[in-house]
Amino acid sequence: MSPDYYLYLSAVLFTIGALGVLIRRNAIVVFMCVELMLNAVNLSLVTFSRIDGNLDGQVIAFFVMVVAAAEVVVGLAILMTVFRTRRSASVDDANLLKY
Amino acid sequence: MSPLAAAEFTAPSIDYAALSPILIVSIAAVVGVLVDAFAPRMLRWPIQVGVTLLGLVGSFVAVCVVAHTHVVTAGGALVVDGPALFIQATIALVSVASVLLIADRSPEVGGGAFVAQASAVPGSSDERAAAGFGRAQTEIFPLLLFAVAGMYLFPAANDLLMLFVALEVMSLPLYLLCGLARRRRLLSQEAAVKYFLLGAFSSAFFLYGLALLYGYAGSVSLGAIHDAAASGQHGDTLLVLGLGLLGVGLLFKIGAAPFHSWIPDVYQGAPTPVTAFMAAATKVAAFGALLRVFYVAFGGLGWDWRPVAWGVAILTMLVGSVFAVTQTDVKRMLAYSSVAHAGFILVGVIALNRSGLSGSLFYLLTYGLTTVGAFGILTLVRDPDGEATHLSRWAGLGRRSPLLGGIFAFFLLALAGIPLTSGFMGKFAVFSAAVSGGATPTARRRTCPSGGGSADGRRRWLLRSPCSCSAWPASR
Repeated sequence: MSPDYYLYLSAVLFTIGALGVLIRRNAIVVFMCVELMLNAVNLSLVTFSRIDGNLDGQVIAFFVMVVAAAEVVVGLAILMTVFRTRRSASVDDANLLKY
Repeated sequence: MSPLAAAEFTAPSIDYAALSPILIVSIAAVVGVLVDAFAPRMLRWPIQVGVTLLGLVGSFVAVCVVAHTHVVTAGGALVVDGPALFIQATIALVSVASVLLIADRSPEVGGGAFVAQASAVPGSSDERAAAGFGRAQTEIFPLLLFAVAGMYLFPAANDLLMLFVALEVMSLPLYLLCGLARRRRLLSQEAAVKYFLLGAFSSAFFLYGLALLYGYAGSVSLGAIHDAAASGQHGDTLLVLGLGLLGVGLLFKIGAAPFHSWIPDVYQGAPTPVTAFMAAATKVAAFGALLRVFYVAFGGLGWDWRPVAWGVAILTMLVGSVFAVTQTDVKRMLAYSSVAHAGFILVGVIALNRSGLSGSLFYLLTYGLTTVGAFGILTLVRDPDGEATHLSRWAGLGRRSPLLGGIFAFFLLALAGIPLTSGFMGKFAVFSAAVSGGATPTARRRTCPSGGGSADGRRRWLLRSPCSCSAWPASR
């Protein structure tokens, strides 16, 4: 099977994630969509690694996972404090700063 | 699968001397974490301030000591050369100034611009209790040092993976720092959420660009990407797509026009000392990385990216200037001014020659120092509700405290680029570089938004004409 299909799949997943960030209202879901984008990138990194026959891409995928884990820690901490203050995780409610 | 067979592993050689600025700051950050864990609560604040300043000054001295090195180290992942060291020195200077702003607890009764306990709900008894004990969130200092370590790495990264890791090391502490303001907690937390969600979104684009360029060149090293693009053996779909997505990630960090919308919100909501740090240091570091990526990896592709970059630079200057003029909040006005400045520095990047590089670097130095100064003044103009950021509250400042008003006016003149100030020299440098590099459309366009390099909208209209006159010889 041609590895190209994995690239197309990763592009589709990345697009779904990006659309989710733009469309969804709940901050947690928005954040999960960002994670989907990162994992779509991992898929294409591993596929390119397979096509080129070198291991760099697979190592980079590990780095991405570690960074994504760190991002989850920071992100959930921020979303928690906001939820405790406002009793809502909707990104539409964060509307004090504008123009 | 034979190429994947296990090869003999050889550890890369690391030039510890050349990397000493990064190492010193990282060690100071780790020491800061330990201080927070073990030092008694009353001693934490002074110890943290001491450790942080020591680390930053030490790293500045280290940069000066290794000033003339030019090495590629850590298996080709990092390069320490003139531009990287210059940017590291600039970041060290503005960080020291920002740390002094953070450490200054005199303007606010009860201590500092930062919340006593970030986890306490605003208005709750927990929060009052924490404030009553005079506690402070001393984690600010290690967080700031980790961010500085990321900023030191960012312009020195020689491959895209290191660039991505540095980007995140720099950004993650900043997301947290934004949400720690003592006053106006809701605005501060909102700023943190917006910065975090948009920052994560943009780094996903950066990463997809990285993956596509890896697919194109078979390596993430900037040199390999340059060679692959020069050989032109592959179709350039992946290359151009990767270049665009990578550019989105980097332009977001510098706050260029289509991706600038987070800047005013985050700068307004964050505690002012953190805003000063972000506005100066983050932008300097991100431009350092942008310069390296576009000069080293994509230098041969000028025809592909320069027209788009012209458009982005012109749009950034226009948007920043026009919106700065309409603001009624001083902090937000300075934020839009920093957007406009990003456009001016982009002009130096577009020049794609030696003088463009040196002009951009000089501009970054002058911009960083002036911006920290302007936001520093902002922390001093207060009323009973905290900082008085609304423009109407600033009326008569020059009469009430002439020194403060005079210094602020001087900073604004420097931001505007009036002759005899550093801002003028910086603008002259980038525009003359752009003209000699053949980017005349941008330079000529500069005269229409010339109002906006600076902040103070009302006063700026008066200052406008001399400013653009003096710039004309430069842009011609």
